[in-house]
Amino acid sequence: MTTPAAIRTLLSRERRPGDLVFAVFFLAISVFLLSQIGTESKWVKGTGTVAQPMFWPAVSLLGMTGFALCHFFGAVVSPRMAGRLGEVLFWVRSIEYALWFMAYVWIVPTVGYLPSTVIFSTLLCLRVGYREKRFLAMAAVMALAVVIVFKGFLSVKIPGGQLYEHLPDGIRNFMLLYL
Amino acid sequence: MDLFLSSIQLLLRWDVLAALLIGSIGGVIIGAIPGVGAAVAIAILLPATFSMDPVVGLTVLLGIYGSSMYGGAIPAILINTPGTAVNALTTYDGYPMARDGHPRRALSLAYSASLFGGLFSVVCLILLSQALAVIAPHFGSREIFLAALLGIILVVLAHRGQVFSAGMMACFGIFLNTVGLEPVKYTRRYTFDQSWLTSGIDLIVVVLGLFALSQAFLLLTQRDERLKPARVTGGLFEGLKELFLFKRIAAVSSSFGVMMGMIPGVGEFTAQFMSYTFAQKTSKTPERFGKGSPEGLVASEAANNAVPAAAMIPLLALGIPGEALTAMMLSVFYVHNVIPGPQLFIGQMDFVMALYIALFLLNIIVVVFLMFSTNGILRIIRIPTRFLGIMILTLGFVGVYSLRNSVTDCAIAAVFGIFGLILKRLRLPVVPIILGMVLGGIMEVKLRSSMARIKTPLDFIDRPISAIIFGLILLVIGLHIRSHIKTRSKRPGGGRPIGN
Repeated sequence: MTTPAAIRTLLSRERRPGDLVFAVFFLAISVFLLSQIGTESKWVKGTGTVAQPMFWPAVSLLGMTGFALCHFFGAVVSPRMAGRLGEVLFWVRSIEYALWFMAYVWIVPTVGYLPSTVIFSTLLCLRVGYREKRFLAMAAVMALAVVIVFKGFLSVKIPGGQLYEHLPDGIRNFMLLYL
Repeated sequence: MDLFLSSIQLLLRWDVLAALLIGSIGGVIIGAIPGVGAAVAIAILLPATFSMDPVVGLTVLLGIYGSSMYGGAIPAILINTPGTAVNALTTYDGYPMARDGHPRRALSLAYSASLFGGLFSVVCLILLSQALAVIAPHFGSREIFLAALLGIILVVLAHRGQVFSAGMMACFGIFLNTVGLEPVKYTRRYTFDQSWLTSGIDLIVVVLGLFALSQAFLLLTQRDERLKPARVTGGLFEGLKELFLFKRIAAVSSSFGVMMGMIPGVGEFTAQFMSYTFAQKTSKTPERFGKGSPEGLVASEAANNAVPAAAMIPLLALGIPGEALTAMMLSVFYVHNVIPGPQLFIGQMDFVMALYIALFLLNIIVVVFLMFSTNGILRIIRIPTRFLGIMILTLGFVGVYSLRNSVTDCAIAAVFGIFGLILKRLRLPVVPIILGMVLGGIMEVKLRSSMARIKTPLDFIDRPISAIIFGLILLVIGLHIRSHIKTRSKRPGGGRPIGN
C-alpha cells in the first residue's frame, strides 16, 4: 500500500454532511486559541513547570489542535455524503430558538416569571405550528405547573418581575415569593 | 450493624423518602420519553437540588439515573425507539418479540432483568464497600491524578470510531476548565480582558447547554413526530418467573455491568455489548438473537441496569466520575461541601451506605410502579416532539437562570446549546467535554500537589497503587494499538481507521 493510501485508510471514518465545515471551524478555533497562549496565560518565574498557570491551557490546546488536525484530515480523506448546505442551514435555523430562549431570559426580570413563562410557551407553541386550542392550553398549563413546582415549592432563585410592583400589596408579596 | 442502622436512620425522613419516590417515578417517565433522557432531566434539576440537603438532592438524582433505563425499555420494545440511548440494544430482541404478538412478555422480562441487574449491582457495591474503605485511603494526590488520567484516556478510547473527535472534545473540556482566574498564582487565563470570563465557565451552565438546550433546539428545529404505541393488556408479573430460566445470563450480564460500570468512561454500551455477545455465544438458539430472543433481551437489560450503582464506586471512593451523569452529581457533593473520595469512606460511611440502600429501594419502587402503570406512561410517550422541545426549553431556563440570575450564563448556555446540537447532528461525542472539564480540574490540582513531594519522574510511581494505575494506563494504550494493528493486518485492503 502506498503511503497516501495508507494514511487515507488510517484516517477515514464515517463522515456526516457538514463534517468538514465543523472540522475546519474547530481546527481554526484551536489554532487561534493556541496562538494566544503567550498573552492569555502567564509563565511565572521561579515556579515549577506543572505549577505554571500556562501549563494546563498549553496541554489542553496542544491536544485540541493535534486531535482537531487528525479529525480534519479524517474529514478530507473520508467519503463525502451529500447535503452539506442543508445541514449548515439546519444549524443556522436552530439559532432562532436560541434567540427565543434569550428573549425569554430578558423579559423575566421585567414581566415576572409566571407571565413570561406562560407567554413564552404559548407563543413558541404557535411558532412551531401547533394551532389547536388543546396544545395552547397544554402549553399554558405546563408553564403554570413549572412555575408552581420550581418557584412555589422548590423555591429556586428567580427574582420577581418589575411589573409585580404595581400589584396590590397582598397579591404583590404572594407573587414575588411564589410566582 | 450500627452502620446499617445509622444509614437507615438517614433515609427514614419524609423528605428523603419523597425524594426517592419522585426520583424513581420521575426517572421512569423521563426515560420513557424518547428525546429527553436522564442527562437532560438531571441537568435541569441540578440547581434545584443545591438548596436541598445533600442526601435528599442526591437521592432525587440517583432515582432519575437508576430508573430512567427501566422507562427507556418501554418505547424500545413497543415502537422500536429507545427511550434512552442505552436501550438501543433492547430494540434488537424486544421489538421483534412485541411485533410477534408478545409485548407483555417482552416488557415483563425486560423489567425483571432490569430489577435483577439493579439489585445485583447494589449488593456487589455493599459487599465491595468494606474493601473500598480499606483501599481508598491509600489514594494520595498522585494516585488520584493517575486515576483521573486513566479515566480521560478510557473515555477517549471507548469512543470506537471517534477517537480523534473524542480526544478533541476531552481536551476542549480541559481547556474550558482552565478559563478564568487561576487559583494559585491568581493570574487570568483566556479571559480576553472580559470581566464575565474571570470567574470561569460554570460546569452546570455547560452541562445545561450541551444536554438540555441542545436537545430542545434539536426537537424544535426537526420535523414534528407523534409516536403512537399500542396499549399493553394483561399482568406483567410473569417475567419474574421466566427470568429464572435465564438466571445464568442475568447473573453474568449483571457482573459485566458491575465491572464495566466501575471503570471510568466505559459504562453501559460496553457492558451490554459484552453481555449480548456472551449470551449469544453460549445460547442453544443463537440464531434467535435479533429476532426476539428472550436471552438477548435479558442480557441487554440486566447489563445496563447494573451500571448505575457500579458507576458510583469511582465517584464515591475517589471523587472521579466515570461518565456525564456522575460528573453532574459530583457538583451536588461540592456544593454541599461533601468531598467524595477516601475521606468520605472514613468519615461518612453511613452517608455512603444510605445512598446504596436508596439505590436498592428505588429498583423495587420502580418495578412495582411499572407493573401497574405501563399503560399510563404510554400516554406520555405520545407527546409530540416539538411540544417536548418547548417543555425542555422552559425547564432549561429554570436550570440556568436560577444558578446566579445571570443573563451571561444563559447566553453561554445558549451558545453551548447550538454547539451541542451541531455535535448531535454530526454524531460526535458530547460526554468527553464534561468529563474533560471535571477530570481536568482534578488533574490540575492533584498533579500540582503531588509534585511537591517528587524529585524524579520515577518517584511518581514508586507506590504500589500509583504503579498499578500507571501500568493500567500503558496496558490500555497498548491494547488499543494492538487491536488496531490486528484489525488492520486482517483486512486485505488495510484496516480499520485509526480513529476507530
